[in-house]
Amino acid sequence: MRRSILWRKSVNIAMIGATGLCATVTVASLILILGFLAWKGAHYITWAFLTQLPAPVGELGGGMGNAIVGSGKMLLLASVTGIPVGLMAGIYLAEFGGRTISFMVRYAADLLNGVPSIVTGIFIYTVVVLTMGNFSALAGGLALGVMMIPIVVRSTEDFILAVPGNMLEGALALGVSKWRGVATVVLPAARRGIMTGILLSLARVAGETAPLLFTSFNNQYWSRGWDSPIASLPVVIYTYAVSPYKSWHDQAWAAGFVLLALVLLVNIGAHMILSRQHSVQRG
Amino acid sequence: MGALTNAQVMKSYENKTEDSAGQLTQSADCKFRISRLNFYYGPVHALHDISLRIQKNQITALIGPSGCGKSTFLRTLNRMYETVRHTRAEGEILLDGEDIFSMDLVALRRRVGMVFQKPNPFPKSIFENVAYGLKVNGASKGISLTDAVEASLRRAALWDEVKDALHKSALALSGGQQQRLCIARALAVNPEVVLLDEPCSALDPISTAKIEELLFTLKENCTMVIVTHNMQQAARVSKYTGFFLLGELIEFNETNMIFKKPARKETEDYITGRFG
Repeated sequence: MRRSILWRKSVNIAMIGATGLCATVTVASLILILGFLAWKGAHYITWAFLTQLPAPVGELGGGMGNAIVGSGKMLLLASVTGIPVGLMAGIYLAEFGGRTISFMVRYAADLLNGVPSIVTGIFIYTVVVLTMGNFSALAGGLALGVMMIPIVVRSTEDFILAVPGNMLEGALALGVSKWRGVATVVLPAARRGIMTGILLSLARVAGETAPLLFTSFNNQYWSRGWDSPIASLPVVIYTYAVSPYKSWHDQAWAAGFVLLALVLLVNIGAHMILSRQHSVQRG
Repeated sequence: MGALTNAQVMKSYENKTEDSAGQLTQSADCKFRISRLNFYYGPVHALHDISLRIQKNQITALIGPSGCGKSTFLRTLNRMYETVRHTRAEGEILLDGEDIFSMDLVALRRRVGMVFQKPNPFPKSIFENVAYGLKVNGASKGISLTDAVEASLRRAALWDEVKDALHKSALALSGGQQQRLCIARALAVNPEVVLLDEPCSALDPISTAKIEELLFTLKENCTMVIVTHNMQQAARVSKYTGFFLLGELIEFNETNMIFKKPARKETEDYITGRFG
């Protein structure tokens, strides 16, 4: 009897210890990555770094303003294409699809989410780059947009389903059509959650390198318009990191720090939006 | 609820008997006329040959054990059942002589409003909740929304409690206030009929008393049908009562007759608490 109590207590302590250790590793990984990037890259970040073009090999200084703008442009295009599609498909899944169709769409979205990003890149390469004849911001933005779709679909669906069904009933009982009820009652109720999902999907694709390698490629200069190759932070980090030059390595660290800082800001913003929603609901 | 003693309940029957002679058969005062209504959830036959008349500007109560079909019946009157897949209604429901199954859904639901079991205010301000029906149906043209909202809140006996907080979230109200807000929201579009699906089952006795009082004042302009599990409530508020059991309308009569001299044994068993 005493032995079994002792055994139970030690298993308990061991399991609490193991889960606690893994939780610590999780937090430590983030802090280590952040700290390492800050240590290696933060002091190279200057106004010039953020705004100027890369310096030719052998010259010191220079920046990656073109890559920052390029990432911004492609994320904008990805948002314009990926968000509406994902949002509407998510609404359809949650409110209008029958059981079989919803199952198929949901399954397709999950599979699309699981498609390796480099495969998405190859797909866009075949469809857009080969058709247009060159790498372009358009192709890069579309590749990122395709990657955003499944994330937006599933988060939109989840947050719409979290709205109590009796709210839509209340609207329908007043004689509005289902679409208007969804648009005027359900979507506003789920608004903050949906926005959070969109921001998180943006943060997720902002760091993607593989689909950009053969869609937007890279560019040492400012890229005007949408039909020419364009620089982006992840690709520049990749290019600089595998180069043999010490100054490029330093700049890769700095660019990594900038990218991570942007992604973290988006994440923190998303969580702040979501926590505000909870406090309003409890109001 | 237990707020009224038996003596009070009996007294309320007696007050009603004085003016009720013969009204059951007068069709001029008939708001809804339901003939041989059958209802199906997929293969399940949920309502069997329901026929009854709902009197204009009176409160009709529907009682019966859970699952007896009274809520289903209520939801046929504004065709809310159509939001559930694989449902089918057969038979005839006339609203002022007009077949509701061939009416435009928006027009029908504007004439026949509904209040649900659980208060379901929209996550908007109090004002926006009440104004919603007027705005989305384009009925706000030419009238002052502010006046319409105030009038509806007054009719729902909520104005004095919320007049200084119209732009606060409706979710901050208490459960009883939320339910009166939902009534105000339904009243804003001036419905001829209001269907109430156990409107007090989630409320405390004080809020319940307020809503019952409110129903009395509303019947001046509105026909009301209320589903309730609370037989004292049916006795207190309604003029007519229908007793449902296993998808059939067992008995329909004046409320005082149902509670004092039920014609059917099942009704008597139910209201005396012998089953259900």
